[in-house]
Amino acid sequence: MPSMTEATAMTSPMILAEGIRKRFGAHEVLKGVSLTLAKGEVVAVIGPSGSGKSTLLRCLNHLETIDAGRLVIEGDVLADNDASGHARYVADAEVRRICRRMGMVFQHFNLFPHLTVLQNVIEAPVTVKGLKREAILPKAEELLRKVGLYDKRDAYPSRLSGGQKQRVAIARALAMEPDIMLFDEPTSALDPELTGEVLRTMRQLADEHMTMLVVTHEMGFAREVASRVVFMDGGELIESQPAAAFFASPQHPRTRAFLDSML
Amino acid sequence: MDYILSILGPLAEGSLVTLKLFFITLALAVPLGLALALIRNSRFTVASQAVNGYIWLMRGTPLMLQLLFIYFALPFVPVIGIRLPDFPAAIVAFALNYAAYFAEIFRAGIQSIDRGQYEGAKVLGFSYSQTMRRIVLPQVVKRILPPMSNETITLVKDTSLIYVLALNDLLRAARGIVQRDFTITPFIVAAGFYLLMTLVLTWLFQRLEKRHAVYD
Repeated sequence: MPSMTEATAMTSPMILAEGIRKRFGAHEVLKGVSLTLAKGEVVAVIGPSGSGKSTLLRCLNHLETIDAGRLVIEGDVLADNDASGHARYVADAEVRRICRRMGMVFQHFNLFPHLTVLQNVIEAPVTVKGLKREAILPKAEELLRKVGLYDKRDAYPSRLSGGQKQRVAIARALAMEPDIMLFDEPTSALDPELTGEVLRTMRQLADEHMTMLVVTHEMGFAREVASRVVFMDGGELIESQPAAAFFASPQHPRTRAFLDSML
Repeated sequence: MDYILSILGPLAEGSLVTLKLFFITLALAVPLGLALALIRNSRFTVASQAVNGYIWLMRGTPLMLQLLFIYFALPFVPVIGIRLPDFPAAIVAFALNYAAYFAEIFRAGIQSIDRGQYEGAKVLGFSYSQTMRRIVLPQVVKRILPPMSNETITLVKDTSLIYVLALNDLLRAARGIVQRDFTITPFIVAAGFYLLMTLVLTWLFQRLEKRHAVYD
């Protein structure tokens, strides 16, 4: 019944995370975090290092498994608490199918060094989706033009600057046509003069109404591009507000202290 | 000079035995070594420990002993006791032994690949086997070329051990002529044959390394 699935997808949020708990050994990194992302929203997650913001992002697409809580992606349950309050994931194949709707961009790019720029973009559609190279080529070339790296299509990643690498990584993620894009500190490993080109590409994506969750230290990006800003500290979600209100009148004292320290 | 030409025939025949053992061993031990390395890196602790034990056994005893054991003692082992002809016995011993060394080379190579490569593949939807085939192993090949070159050159020379099974490899052919003619010239010619083989291997690996260096 496709009509019903469509209806569910329309009404349910892109990401629904409830009471997410995650510990590494004795250290509890996420202490029951809840977060909802609506379609087309661009949410910036900010907070001091060690606040759990990257871990939260990595929990959403199964790079880390959660200990407790509920994760629903576009209406499909990824994990939910069992009777004893421990998170149980759905079957592996289902996890992979659901997580494929989320593209991810890493702090350290994680490009495949043995493949050229174009091959990096084409690899997943061909291997994972089973598409013919010729079928994906126009789309891949269009994406490379979009991130301004069409002329580098045959270069290997080692020949690129950090900013160029990150733009290839964005194109690579988009080639799988994700519904949601997750960014894990995408500019933190870049020289300051190279962050601009990556942020421009991300802003362009936001203008096209891509649903985005961005863990970042770039306050300028959070202020200007994000529709909502979330502040995390000590494994808890402290405050969530529309971007303008967040910077104009932060409610929580810890948010204010953090914003003051950033200036 | 005429003498050297006259012994080239029998030495070349011996070289064929040597080369045959060399290539068949490689063809069997490389895939077996890769399989062992993957099992050793897997989450299945029992299988991983078993591979550990296997590698310890194979690296911890002389290849000569393994050769003698498989040819002479295997027929008397209960259950699996089979009598192998000399050349197949040599192949089995060499393949099992070299697989253990190759497994360690592969393991080191696989473990040297950054975790980010696995994560990058995972978020794009790659399964584990797709990640290994398309992303990890192609990068491993490049990193293990130097140790693999080392190991295959050792294999060329190790083949001479099969004289204990009375197989007429290059070295045994040379020794036969030395004992017949009371001259050491055959040994020198045999050395030339071995050097030629390792020279070809060295050159081949250099070319491979160069080809894989394009993405440095």
